Formats: sequence, C-alpha cells, structure tokens
Amino acid sequence: MTDQASASSSAYNEGVIRLLVIATMFWGVAAFLVGVLIALQLAYPVLNLDLEWFSFGRVRPLHTSGAIFGFGGNALIATSFYVVQRTGRTTLFGGETLAGFVFVGYQLFLVMAGVGYLLGITQGREYAEPEWYVDLWLTLVWVVYLLVFLGTVMKRKEPHIYVANWFFLSFIVTVAMLHIVNGLSLPVSWTGTKSYSLFSGVQDALTQWWYGHNAVGFFLTAGFLGIMYYFIPKQAERPVYSYRLSIIHFWSIIFLYIWAGPHHLFYTSLPDWAQTLGMTFSVMLWMPSWGGMINGIMTLSGAWDKLRTDPVLRFLVVSVAFYGMSTFEGPLMSVKPVNALSHWTDWTVGHSHSGALGWVAFVSFGAVYFLVPKLWRRARLYSERLVSVHFWIATIGIVLYITAMWVSGILQGLMWRAYDSLGFLQYAFIETVEAMHPFYVIRALGGVLFLIGSLVMVYNLIRTARGDVREEAGAPAVAPGMNPAE
Amino acid sequence: MFSHSKIEQNVILMLVLILITVSIGGLVEIVPLYTVESTIERVEGVRPYTPLELRGRDIYIREGCYLCHSQQVRPFRDEVERYGHYSLAAESMYDHPFQWGSKRTGPDLARVGGKYSNEWHAAHMADPRSVVPESIMPAYGFMLDRPLEAADIAERLETNRAVGVPYSDEMIENAAADLEAQADPEADTDDLLARYPKAAVGDFDGNPALLSEMDAMVAYMQILGRMVDFTDVKPEDLRQ
Amino acid sequence: METLQAIAEALRPFWGLWLMGLFLAIVAWALWPKRKAEMEQHARIPLRDDDGEM
Repeated sequence: MTDQASASSSAYNEGVIRLLVIATMFWGVAAFLVGVLIALQLAYPVLNLDLEWFSFGRVRPLHTSGAIFGFGGNALIATSFYVVQRTGRTTLFGGETLAGFVFVGYQLFLVMAGVGYLLGITQGREYAEPEWYVDLWLTLVWVVYLLVFLGTVMKRKEPHIYVANWFFLSFIVTVAMLHIVNGLSLPVSWTGTKSYSLFSGVQDALTQWWYGHNAVGFFLTAGFLGIMYYFIPKQAERPVYSYRLSIIHFWSIIFLYIWAGPHHLFYTSLPDWAQTLGMTFSVMLWMPSWGGMINGIMTLSGAWDKLRTDPVLRFLVVSVAFYGMSTFEGPLMSVKPVNALSHWTDWTVGHSHSGALGWVAFVSFGAVYFLVPKLWRRARLYSERLVSVHFWIATIGIVLYITAMWVSGILQGLMWRAYDSLGFLQYAFIETVEAMHPFYVIRALGGVLFLIGSLVMVYNLIRTARGDVREEAGAPAVAPGMNPAE
Repeated sequence: MFSHSKIEQNVILMLVLILITVSIGGLVEIVPLYTVESTIERVEGVRPYTPLELRGRDIYIREGCYLCHSQQVRPFRDEVERYGHYSLAAESMYDHPFQWGSKRTGPDLARVGGKYSNEWHAAHMADPRSVVPESIMPAYGFMLDRPLEAADIAERLETNRAVGVPYSDEMIENAAADLEAQADPEADTDDLLARYPKAAVGDFDGNPALLSEMDAMVAYMQILGRMVDFTDVKPEDLRQ
Repeated sequence: METLQAIAEALRPFWGLWLMGLFLAIVAWALWPKRKAEMEQHARIPLRDDDGEM
C-alpha cells in the first residue's frame, strides 16, 4: 500500500459500504417513525383513519420488517463487509459489482415486502410475512451475500479468521436455513401473490417459532455480536478482554439458541416434552449470553475513563449492558410460571424492545458513528456533543418504553386472572384494554424520543460527511495534514 | 509463524461445523412432531374449512388480525372460564399457516364461533366503537361494500389439498357453488352441510344482495372453535 | 423424512452427553495454556488493520 493511495481513498471496497450505511439510517428512521405511528394507533384508534392500507394490522409488519430487516439487516451487511475486509486485509470477493448486487437486491427485497404488506400481501407468519415471490428473491440475494462473505474470507491475507467473522458467518448461514425452511409454501398460482404454507397447526407453530426465535438469536444476536467483537475493541483501542472466552461464547451460543423456540409456545397445544426442552435450553442460554456481555464490557477494563469522554464508546458499551439485561429477562420469561403471566401481554413487547432499541439499535448507532468518519475520510465526527445528546434522548426514550410495557404487561396479565370475592372473573376483557391506555401513551412518547434522537444522529452524520467540524470545548484538536484514517 | 488449528483457518470446515451445530436442535424438536402420532389428539369433528370460511380466513391473514388476536386457549382456570375449553392441536391441524398468535391486544378468538350474532360481528368489524365504545380495533367498513373475490376458489382448495388438507374431489368441484350457497339465505344448503357439518349458513353481512368480504369474515368467525364437540371427548383422547 | 427420523432417533439418547462433551472439549481447547499467547495475538487483529497495512 502506498501512502498516496491511503491518504485519498482506501484500497478496500468502501463505496458499497457507504451506500449500506445510508440505507441503514434511512430504514432506521423510517422504522422508528412507523413504530411511533402504530404505538399512537393503539393509544388513539382514530389514527387508523379508516383506511385499509393504514390500519394497524397492515402497518405493524412494516415496522417490524423495517426495523429488523431494513435497519438491522443493512447495518449487518455494511459492518460485515467492512470487518471481513479489514480483518482479512483483503478486498471483497467479486468486488463492488457483486457487493453492489447484494445492496440493490436487498433494498428491492425490502421495498417489495413493504409495499406488499400495505396491499395486504402477507403469509401471516410473524417476522416472516413476505410472500413466496419475495422470499425467493431474498434467497437469491442472500446466497450472493454468503458467496461474497465466504469468498472474502477465503482470499484473506491474515492467517487467522478473526472471531467477529465467525459470528457473521453463523448469522448468514443460519438465517439462510431458517428462511428457506420456514418459508416453504405453495402458491395458488404462479401469477398470483397468495400461497399456503406447507406446514399446519402445531408443526407449523414450532417451525415458525424455531424461525422466529432464531431470527432473534442469529439475526439480532449473533450478527450484532460480530459488530461488538470488532467495533468495541476498535473504539476502545484495546483488544477484546478474553479471546478465549469469545471462542467458548461462540460455540455455546449458537448451539443453545437453536433449541429455545418452544418458549414462545408454553401451555399451548405443543406437546409437553417439546415445551420442557425449550424451557431448559432457554434458561441455559443465560450463561453464554452473560459470558459475551462480560467479554464486551470488560474490554474497557483499565480504560473506564473513556466512557466519560467518548460518547460513541458509550453507545457501544451501554448496548452490551442492555444486551445483558435482555438476556437475563429472556430466560426469566422462559420459566413456565412466569411465562403464564407474561405471555400474550405487553411485557413481551417491552422485552423485545429492550433488545431491539437498547442492544441492536445502540450497537448499530455506535458502529455507524465509528464508520462514517472513516468511510467519508473525515478526521472526526461533526459533533461529539450531539452524539451525547442523541445518547441521552434515546436512553430516556428506551426507559420510558420498557417501564411502560412492564407495568402494562404485568397489570394486564394480573387483571385477566383476577377473581372477585364471589368467584367470578373480576374484569371483562375490554376493561383490561381500557387500563392500558395511559401506558400506550407513555410508550408512544418513549418512541418519539427515540425517533428524535435518531434524527439528531442523521443531522450529525450529514454534517460529518460534508466535512464540517463543530468547534467544541474539549474536542480533540485536529492537526492539519494528519492522515484522517489513522 | 503461529501454529493454527484447522477450524479457524478453514472457513468451509467452519461452515460445516456451524451447520451441524445449528441443525441438531431443530431436528430433535421438530421432526418428532411429525412422527409421534399422539401429537394430534384423537378427537372427532375437525374438518376442512368451507370455501367461504377459507376466504374469510385469507382476509383474516391479509388484515394482520393475528397481530392482536390469539387463537389458542391455555389450560388455566381463568382462560377456560373466559373463552372455553383449552385448545387442542387437532383443532388447527388444517390451518396453513397456524394463527395461534403471540399477543392479546384484543381477546382470544379460538372459540368465538357462535358467541355473537352475525349482526354483531358485521357491526363490530365495520365500526368497533359503535358496539364496544372502549375498543381500540381499527374499523373495517370497506368489507361491507367490497364484493368477495373468489374466481380462483377451486384453485385455493386444490392448493390446500396439495399441502395436506383432505379436500375431496366433490368439495373442489362444488367449491364455487358452496361459496355462494353458504351466504345465500334462499339457497338449499343440505349438500353443503353434508360436506361441511356445523357450517353457519345464511346472510352474514345484512345485505343478501351482495356476497361481500364481510360475509366471508363472519362465516369464518362463526366456525372458530365449534368443530369439536367436547361432550363426546374422553380424557384419554387428549393425551399427547 | 424417514432418514431425518432415523437421524433424530439415533441422536436422542446421546444429546445430553454430546452437548456436555462438546462443551468441555471447546472449553479445554480454548483455555489450553499453550494457546494463550497465540490467542492474544488473534485478539489484536482488529487493531492492526488500518489502511496502510493491507
């Protein structure tokens, strides 16, 4: 590598990663906005506007797919392309062309899925709503993604495959397996959109939650752990706390996660033996999850002061703390008597958002704040103070969201099972709906704060990309002529 | 030079090991659900949906009803008192896909059939707050005016048969006629009821002149949870 | 389907042992003292990846 090349542009393939980062933020803001909308629809049903394509049932998958596949998926593809090149010291297999196909193909998948939901085209499988033709397209895009990733690993110049790539690889491969099996369906006609699933009833229920739970396990966990294992060491400028622990963490988490699906089906018509297996593995998952959390957080040992001065690192480390909280709450909710209360209620919604907002979104924000100055060749972010503002607004938003959902979930669960002194059910169902109203308002407020935070981020990133630097007390001075990539 | 183990240098070997590691759980949990016969309880009465009910179910899926309504009663005292007998695996064995749901923003619907009148359902779906003022459900008034699209009803039944629902040749031949007859108060429904016992028949949406999406939705609501007669069921039939 | 059933049934009695054995093997492998220095080097890979060093 010559100095002249590294000063102006990178030898790595970064054009496509820039596009993926922009897509991450676009889908992120869109998904948060739609999330706020549907939260408000639950508080004020008039906001469904009596329009069929605007009603909660059609818009909700737009929010979940937008957040998981739009925001999360683009963040994962962007970071995996970045990390696999850097840790292998090589360019992407297939170059910008193949990676560009993954970028365009994946956005096309998102648009086809989203437009379909609003038109009522859905398989009716939670988190796997896209119909058969969208599923087929995604399969093709995903295979090319796997090819680019594998090919890049194979032509690496570094002998060892860094552990972040193990997590990315397990995410890509397992999601392919889950997506293909769970999506098996037969179209009514090859020119129509409607299909019927190959599975039915109880078998379908377990297949779907095997998919659904491991979408959490491999899409929203393994992939983002890959982000954690690269970006925390980078931002903290020190190696991961224990590389040996990361290896144990990897194999135990991918083995245990895959079994935990039945905890979505406790006390249903699923046979008891399957429920027991699901509970056992769900509780065991606590251990590797916390092993990973300790590994991420302890990477800062000896450098805790950086948390005070570096808001990007704060996003990354607090995301791991939220990960620890969610992965404690998850096994707790997988204990059958607890689940008897929490299931079907907002507690589950709060749990998934402490993971989605606190872990997935925060670790992605940290990675994007790290990436934008690097990718656009800027010395630093436009404003670290705005990162800090974003951090606090978003954190308050999450706290409002999850506490409102804890209270409403537990309250509703208790109201459903309450008996009066004569031995009758104390509350009609609709009374329990009415009781939720204040918490739905607070939840929506939390969502608004989270959305505002993300807009602050977008502003900061645009100014950064344009090369602006805000004068801030305490900000590191940029020496003229310094290589911005260093 | 360092010495490295094979796994961490060979990405294909790692890929295979990952695949094996993540396959075990799924195989051990899902495959027995197909092979262990007692997974589906031995009860009588569960039948394929009538063409009209099936179209109603398609609309139920289209509108994302499953995002707020479960179809699964758990074996707890309060749920059994509120909704009825706990759900059996047999009751959803022809549901492609299952619609047990994951959230009860609204009440469970597994046994809603027969609990409310057709008029109530039509009024409730068209304007929920006209019958339940505190409801937060979206309104589906458009279903009253929209003619039910059913040109491909036979293909829909055939596709269901291909994935395992026991629709007979007779059912498929008569699909279009059965669809019309179920919502027509003037029609002779003897054949329909012979093919599909316990189906609710008559005008569902308050407008006999139009076979609307609302007719299909209400017909689907009215069969939910009514196929199995629990007075005939013995405890040993339910053992899984 | 029959093959899958055969695999599932063959695995069923052993999964507990298999899990335990696999886990202990991984732990032993990872914590083996000989590998310590090597792994500390691996952990430094991300810190050596700046543009000039491809």
